[in-house]
Formats: sequence, structure tokens, C-alpha cells
Amino acid sequence: MSATRAALPPKRQLADTGDRPVDRRRGSTLLRHLAVVLAAGLLLVAVSYAVEPFRNFQLATVAAYLCATAGLTVLTGLNGQLSLGHGALMATGAYTVALCQNAFADRGMTGGWLLPLSLGAAIVGTVVVGAVVGVAAARLRGPYLAGVTLAVAVVVPALAVTFDGVFNGEQGLSVPVEPPPMSLGPYFPYERWQLWITGAATLLALLLLANLIRSRYGRTFRAVRDDEVAARLAGIHVARTQVIAFVVSAATAGLGGALLAVLAQSVSPGAFSLTLSLFLLMAVVIGGLGRLTGALWGAVLLVALPDLTHSATELLTLSPAVAQRLEGNLPLAIFGLTLIVVMIAAPGGVQGLLSRLGRALLARWPARRS
Amino acid sequence: MHRKAQRGLAIASTIALLITAAGCSGDDGPSSGGASVPGVTDTEITVGTHMPLTGPASAGYSKIAPATKAYFDYVNANGGVHGRKLTYKIMDDGYNPANTQQVVRQLVLQDKVFAILNGLGTPTHTGVLDFLKSNRVPDLFVASGSRSWDQPDKYPGTFGFNPDYTIEGKILANYAKANLAGQKVCFLGQDDDFGRDSLVGVEKVLGAGAVAVKQTYVTSNTNVAPQIGAFKAAGCQVVVLATVPGFTALSVGTAARLGFKPQWLVSNVGSDYQTLAKQLGAAAPLLEGMVGTNYLPMENDTANPWIQLFTKINKEHNGGAPFDGNTVYGMSVGYLFVQVLLAAGKDVTREKVLDAVQKGGFQGPGLAPLRFSAKDHSGYGGQRLARVSGGVQSYFGPTYETDEADGPVKEYTATPAAPPANGVPTGS
Repeated sequence: MSATRAALPPKRQLADTGDRPVDRRRGSTLLRHLAVVLAAGLLLVAVSYAVEPFRNFQLATVAAYLCATAGLTVLTGLNGQLSLGHGALMATGAYTVALCQNAFADRGMTGGWLLPLSLGAAIVGTVVVGAVVGVAAARLRGPYLAGVTLAVAVVVPALAVTFDGVFNGEQGLSVPVEPPPMSLGPYFPYERWQLWITGAATLLALLLLANLIRSRYGRTFRAVRDDEVAARLAGIHVARTQVIAFVVSAATAGLGGALLAVLAQSVSPGAFSLTLSLFLLMAVVIGGLGRLTGALWGAVLLVALPDLTHSATELLTLSPAVAQRLEGNLPLAIFGLTLIVVMIAAPGGVQGLLSRLGRALLARWPARRS
Repeated sequence: MHRKAQRGLAIASTIALLITAAGCSGDDGPSSGGASVPGVTDTEITVGTHMPLTGPASAGYSKIAPATKAYFDYVNANGGVHGRKLTYKIMDDGYNPANTQQVVRQLVLQDKVFAILNGLGTPTHTGVLDFLKSNRVPDLFVASGSRSWDQPDKYPGTFGFNPDYTIEGKILANYAKANLAGQKVCFLGQDDDFGRDSLVGVEKVLGAGAVAVKQTYVTSNTNVAPQIGAFKAAGCQVVVLATVPGFTALSVGTAARLGFKPQWLVSNVGSDYQTLAKQLGAAAPLLEGMVGTNYLPMENDTANPWIQLFTKINKEHNGGAPFDGNTVYGMSVGYLFVQVLLAAGKDVTREKVLDAVQKGGFQGPGLAPLRFSAKDHSGYGGQRLARVSGGVQSYFGPTYETDEADGPVKEYTATPAAPPANGVPTGS
């Protein structure tokens, strides 16, 4: 608990992330969020036409990770519960989608509505798992909670191996996905279609999360994180709040995992190892805990870092042995270094740094402030 | 004000990010010529691969792609293929299918490679089959013995390299039937297509009920004591292993600890002596008497002209990396690919390359026949047995060939081809 809080941005910033009473002049929060999501959606469609297929695929992967990191941000940043098991929750969603899609394919069912159905099933599946873990988590604090979620991260992939009749062991399952609808034209790039699917699902999830954060529940999340005793005195049911936070975050992680499985067209335990859980946590800490924009930076980092290091090692002329050693290990090292640097230089993460810069800039133009 | 600024910033940064992404795509450069072939210019042919350079499966396997690259560098130093230099882009996927999706898309969509060559791993490569098919990218010589690569109707552009695991199972079982008759045969296999296909082959030869105890393992659990214990309890005398190198070493070591000494019959992918001896360290003498299979020249056979050639290339172009079966494998893949390119002609296209492979008739370092045709996309069709004796792994007996169905295991008598004088195949 205290460990999580130490990693949070300074108190002053936290105080104004939404605890203030809603300013009436701004109108409905929901409408505002809807407008932002709509704009983002339009932008995404425009971008999907502007960039080449590989960038579309990368953006789609960012969107899938963003689902998971956003949920984790709500849990760890806003509710103060540390989870080392979100990779396993992603695996739950991914396997559910794979089983559903395979079941549909086996029965010869086709149609555009099947994928949303499978994604829905994935969310329901993870909600159930998340509720079970969440109930346990609500009774635990700090290192004990980390331990339980760590166990989840280890156990879930192991289940796939134990019940290999259903999950096909370490080889995993393939995820049959329908090609883009014919109405989009016969040469519609598949990667653009993938970006549309993941982008739409993620924007929807973000809209719901953003509204939740601004709602009464969001305030109770923060109250529980900041001081459980005070929250209890204020009439907040602490355990229930924690379970709700865990379930919400599990649902988005499940959706993220499901989207990742749809992108990769396969699921296997190796794709959802303990490393993934740790990476997710590192990503949200680097991005900036407690804000959805921070989760965005984290997701971008998860996709961009291996790519960047690959380009970097390609630029250097190294002996084959050294290059080969660096290739896979460098992203890990850089990730670790980034984490350390960010923790020292900007405890609020990338997003904290950006908003600090933004404030500093604004302060320079006092005349323009109303 | 403050909150608005924050939100504005968030939106602005998102847009900036997306525009950067868009910008990155812009500098990709115009492709040379209108109807050009991806990855082919007047001076260069670019191909790519995905390999586990890191992670649990990297032991041994991580040396394959650098060896192939070293062979290409050697060819380039000798004038290239039809005057074009070969560039080999090696991407690390850590044996994680999700990463394979990323890196193969990067190779095909961004780096615009001509073909994917020798992508490694059954679970990893399975995930990109459809992607490669829909982009019409030649998917040559997959580094795995799964029968999935041999589906000409479904995946016309995909070809295997390794003998498939069923063929291998049949050849191992054939040895047991001929030389270890009457002994109790047991089987340990990896819990995926590798182990399953291999067991199919073993049972095809020995009969369905002939394998006394069948066990499986998963690579994420490095304890095989229960499986080996079951073999000991059942009194197994022959154990067939369809295992990767790490688990061959583990099984042999665990058996020694339990005081169990069966005759080991080991799959090709897990029987390279150098790799195993390195893993077992001081316990390497436990490998004495192990029977394995292979279909490429043995790396310690210094009299073999192919090994002489590959050793030279390894010294000159691979930084003198330790020379083992993986090096031979990687260079053999490179040799076959150069043969294919030459056969496809000077104005190389993806269609011509696929036609060239299907036409078949390639002879290289391999002992067994390569049987590519329009109907057969599997790789090598046979293997030869090798025994470890006095710390040296060497071939014995004839080379066998068979099919993955019920065909007999028969001797293959053609003598292997000699390498060309300068080590670069000539156009046919």
C-alpha cells in the first residue's frame, strides 16, 4: 500500500485530478467525454488511411495494450491496489475469445456479429475471475496482495498446460477471425480493419473508465487509496470498493487480452507470461500512475521500445554474437533504465512531466489566463 | 483553466503521437520501379526470418540464423546471386507467438522482404501462415518438423525443411524393431505437435499397443522425474525421446540420478551431441551409447567436404562462433535458398521462386532426398542414425527414407552431392 503510494505523483496534483465539484458551466461529463472519444475515433479512422499497414498494426497493438494499462491504472493508481497478475487476466480474456471463435468456426457460423459476441464473452469471463481474485485481494494489503496476484500470474498459464485437451498446452490455440466485410471492398487492408476493431473496443472501454473515474465511484476509489480509515469513517464500504475496482480493471484487462489474441490470431501461455504482468505495471508507472493518458504512454512504450531498440542495433555495426545478444535483451535493459530514470526525475511519470511542462508554459502567459 | 490545459495537452500529445506514426511511414521511400518485386532491386535481394535469439528456446537455435547470414555473406563476397547481394534480416521473437506476429509484419509490410526464410518454431510460425499467404509472401523452409507446412492446397507458398516428426518416429522405431527386438519400448514427447506426430510415427512401425508407457512434458516445467520414474517402474529398456535439447539433457540426467539406464533413441532436434554435452557439463559421459538421427553432415566429420566448406565460412563470416549442428543446419538452409534463387532465373519474382521450389531436384549437404513437388511441400524425406561412442557422435548404417503415411522404411542409397568448388551453387 505504502509502496504504491510512494510511486504516485505528488499530493497537490492528485488533489485536482477530479476531486473538485463538477463545474456546472462545463456541462455534462458524459457529453464531454463522448465528444473527446468521437474526435479520437474520427482521428483514428483518418490516421488508419494515412499510414501504411504495419503502422496500422502497431497502433492496433497499442490500442490492445492500452485497454489493459488503463484498467491497471484505475486499480493501482486510483485505488492503490498493486496487481502483478494482469497478464494472467489478459490470458483469460484471450483464451475465452479463442474458445468462442473456435466454437463458432466449428459450427460453421459466420458473420460480423460473432466477434463482438466473443469479446463480450471474454469480458464476462475475466469479470468472473477478477471477482474471485478481487474478493481475496480486498482482504489483503501491500506485499500480501502482490503475492496473491503474482500467484495468479503463474497459475493461469499453468492451467493452460494442465488442461491441454481444452487449451492445447504450450502450443496454444489459433483464433480464426473473419476477413473485413466485403462492403469495404475486396482490397481493404486487413491491418486497417484490425485497427478499427481494436480502436473501437478500446475507445469504448476508455469512455466507460473515464466516466467511472469522474463519478462517485471514482471518488470512493481515491478515498480508499488515500486513507482507508478515513474512508470508512465517511461511510464508504472499503472492501466492496476494492472489489469493484478490481473487477473493473480485470474486465478491461480481459478485453485487452482478447484484442491481442484477435490481432495475433493465436493464443499460447508463452504470450502471457509473468514478464508481461511486470511489463504492464512498469508501463503504467513510467506512463504516469493515476491518469488514463499515462496509460496511453505506457501502452505506446510497450510497442515502441522493442522496435526502437531493433533499429538502434541495426544502425550499429556489431559482431554477430554481440548483436544477437543485444537484440532481445536490450529492450529489457532500456525498460528498466527508463523506469529508474523516470522514478528519479519525474515521479509522476511521462504524463506528470508533460502536465508540469504544460503548466509552466501556461504560467508564462498570464495575460491569456481568464 | 488548469484542467482544460491538461486535457488539451493530452489530446495534443495523442495527435502528435499519431502524426509521428504517420510521418514515420512517409519516409519509407518510393519503391524502385512500378511493377517491382518486393525486396528485390538491381543490386540486392532482402529476405527475413524470425528466430528465438533470446528466451527459453534460444539455446542452440539462436545460432541458426547467424549461420545462414554468414553463408549469404560468403556468397556476396563471391559475387552474389545473379549479381545481387543477399541481405538477411533476422528478427528476435523470443519464441512468443505474439512477438512473431509483430516482427513478421514488420519484415513484410515495412521492410518489404522478398520472402520469409526458415522461420523457427511450430507455435510461432503457425500464427503467421495466414498472414503470409494473404500477402503472397513465399514462406520457405520453415524450421520445424510439423506436418502443418505440407498443405499445398491451403498454403501454396509454405515449404518445410526438416524431415517431419512422423518420418523421424518411424525411422527411430524401425531401428528398435530391427536391433532391440523384444525389449520394452517407452516414449517421452513434448506436449504438442512435435511429440504427438513423433508418437504417431513410432506406433505406425511398432504397432498401436507396442509402446508400454507414454509420457509427455511441457517446456515450462523443468522436472521430468515423474515421467522418468514411471519408465523405471515399468521396466522400460528402450526410451524414445521426442524432446528439445534442454529436455534431452534433463531426461538423461534425471535417469542417471534415479539409477535407470535405458537405451535412448532421440529425435533429431534434440540429439546434437555438442549442444547436449554443453548442457550436461561434467555429466556428458551419460550420453554414451545414445542413438540419435540426423540428415545433414555431422559437424565433427572433418573429412566431409561440406563440413570443410562450412568451417571455413564460419571462420571468415561468422566471427568464428562455436561450430555445431545448428551452424551446419543454418548454412545448409542458406545453400538451398541460393540454389532456389538461381533456379528461379535472373528476373526473379515470387511466383518464379515458388515454381522453382516445386520443380524440385535440389541436391545439397543433406543425406536424405528433398522431395519438393506441387503435391509435396514437406522438407527432407529421411534420416540416418548416429551413435555417441567415446564422446564422438558418428553415423552408422544406411540412410533411411520413408513417408508420413504407412509406407515402409527403406534404405536410400544415392550418394550425397559434393559441394561446388567455390562453395556457391551454379545455376541449373
